Amino acid sequence: MRLVGVHGVSKVFANGVKALADISLDVQSGEFLSVLGPSGCGKSTLLRLIAGLAEPTAGTIDWADEGRRGTDLGFVFQEPTLMPWTTALKNVGLPLKLRGVARGEREARAAQALDQVGLKGFERAFPRELSGGMKMRVSLARALVVEPRLLLMDEPFAALDEITRHKLNDDLLELWRRTGVTVVFVTHSVFESVFLSQRIVVMAARPGRVSTELAIAEPYPRRAGFRTSAEYAAQCREASQHLAKAMVTA
Amino acid sequence: MTAKAIAPIVLGLLMLALWEAGVRLAGIPPYILPGPILVAETLVKDWGTLAPSLLVTLTITLEALAAAVVIGGVLAVLFSLSRWLELSLFPYAVILQVTPIVAIAPLIIVWVNDVDLSLLICAWLVAFFPILSNTILGLRSVDPGLLDLFQLYGAGRWRTLVDLRLPAALPYFLGGLRISGGLALIGAVVAEFVAGTGGNASGLAWRILESSYQLQIPRMFAALVLISATGIAIFLVLSLLNHLLLRRWHESAVTPEG
Repeated sequence: MRLVGVHGVSKVFANGVKALADISLDVQSGEFLSVLGPSGCGKSTLLRLIAGLAEPTAGTIDWADEGRRGTDLGFVFQEPTLMPWTTALKNVGLPLKLRGVARGEREARAAQALDQVGLKGFERAFPRELSGGMKMRVSLARALVVEPRLLLMDEPFAALDEITRHKLNDDLLELWRRTGVTVVFVTHSVFESVFLSQRIVVMAARPGRVSTELAIAEPYPRRAGFRTSAEYAAQCREASQHLAKAMVTA
Repeated sequence: MTAKAIAPIVLGLLMLALWEAGVRLAGIPPYILPGPILVAETLVKDWGTLAPSLLVTLTITLEALAAAVVIGGVLAVLFSLSRWLELSLFPYAVILQVTPIVAIAPLIIVWVNDVDLSLLICAWLVAFFPILSNTILGLRSVDPGLLDLFQLYGAGRWRTLVDLRLPAALPYFLGGLRISGGLALIGAVVAEFVAGTGGNASGLAWRILESSYQLQIPRMFAALVLISATGIAIFLVLSLLNHLLLRRWHESAVTPEG
C-alpha cells in the first residue's frame, strides 16, 4: 500500500538553480527505502519537500488515506541538531511539546523513546556530555517519540566513525522492524544503502532526477554476517555500477 | 586558591610596594603623587564623604544597566520579529552609539531638568548598544535544523521565540551584558564630570573634580580607586552570573575535564 506519492516534482531555487527535475516516486507503507546519490544531486531537497519544509516548483506530493497529520513525520538531520541548553529528555520531548502534549505524558513518552534507542539512564544528560553516536541516538529518539508513520533520515550517520555507524545501522533496522515505521533514508554510501534497504532509488545530479531503482532481496533480520557475505558484495557492486552510470550521465 | 588567582595578586602587591618605595625614595610630594599607603589612609579618613558619592554613582550605573537590559533586550526581540522595524531603527541605534557621550551629555543635561535622570540617560546611551547588537546576533544564531524542526511540528513565531531563539541568544546576551556593565559605569562617570563642571552633582566623579580644585590629590586617588573597584565588582558579578547560567551547556563556561 502506498503511503506517500511523489508525482512529477521539480524544484527550482530562487537563485535559478534547478535542484530536482520531474521526480516521481512511491513510498510504500512499512518499507525501508534508500535514496542513493552523489552530493549535490538534490536528495536532501527531495526529503525536505516530502517533509513539507519546502514547496515543489511543479508537481505534487500526496499522502495516503486521510492525508498528513502533525505527528506523521519524524525527521533526522545530518547533524544531531539538539538544543544544547537542555537535557536529553527535554530534547526528545520537544516535538510533543510543540504539538501541545501535557508535560507528564511528554516526559513518560520521551523516557520510553530514549530507552528504545538504548539511552536509558541518560535522561538528565546534556548534549555536550554525550558522544557523537549517542547524540545521534537522542536525535533518533526525538524523531520516533511522536510515533510517526514516516521517518525521514538525511545522511544521519555520515559524520560518525565506522564502528559507531555499523552499530547504529544494526539498531536502526531493529527499531524499524519493531515499530513498523516507513523509512526514507538518504545516503551517499553504497554500503550503507545496500545493508539497510529493501529498495534503493539511485539519483543523478544536475538536475537531480531518478536514474534507476533496484531491490535488495536479502531477507531480514540482516545481521553483521551479511556485511561480509558474497551476496552483499555482489549487491554493492551492482549498486556502485548504477551510481557510476548515474554520475557519468550527469 | 589557584596560581591563576595568586599570580595577579602577587604582581599587584609588588607594583604597590614599588610605587610606595619610589614615592618615598624620590621624595615626591603627595600633591603630585601620593603613595598607596596614604591613598588607603585617605580612603578610610574620608569614607564619610566618599561612601555617599559611591552610592550615587553605583545607583546610576545599576539603573542604567537595568534600563539597557530591558530596552536593549526588548528592541532586539522586536527587531528579530520584524525585519522592517530593524531596517528602520537600527541605523539610529548605531548613531546613538558612535556619537561621543561627552559631546551630547551637556545637551541632555540642559534638556532634562532632573540631574539624576539626565545622568541616567547618558549612562544608558553608552550601555545599551552592546546588549542590543549582541542579542540580535544571538537571536539570529539559531541552528537552522532546529528551526526546521520547529516548523515541522507546527510551532508558531511565539513558541519559536520562547523555546528556541531566546535560549540560543542567552550566551550572546550575557557577553553583551558584561561589556555594558563596564560601559554603564563609564557613562555615569563621564556624565557626572560634565554635570559636575556645573557644580550640581554628588557622585564619585564630582569628588575627583572637587579634590583636584582643592589640590586634595590623595582623595582624588581614593575616589579613583573606588571607581575601579566598582568596575571590577560589576565585572565579577556579571561573570559569575554568566558562569551560573551557562556552565551546564555552553562551551564558553564549561570547565575542561581531565
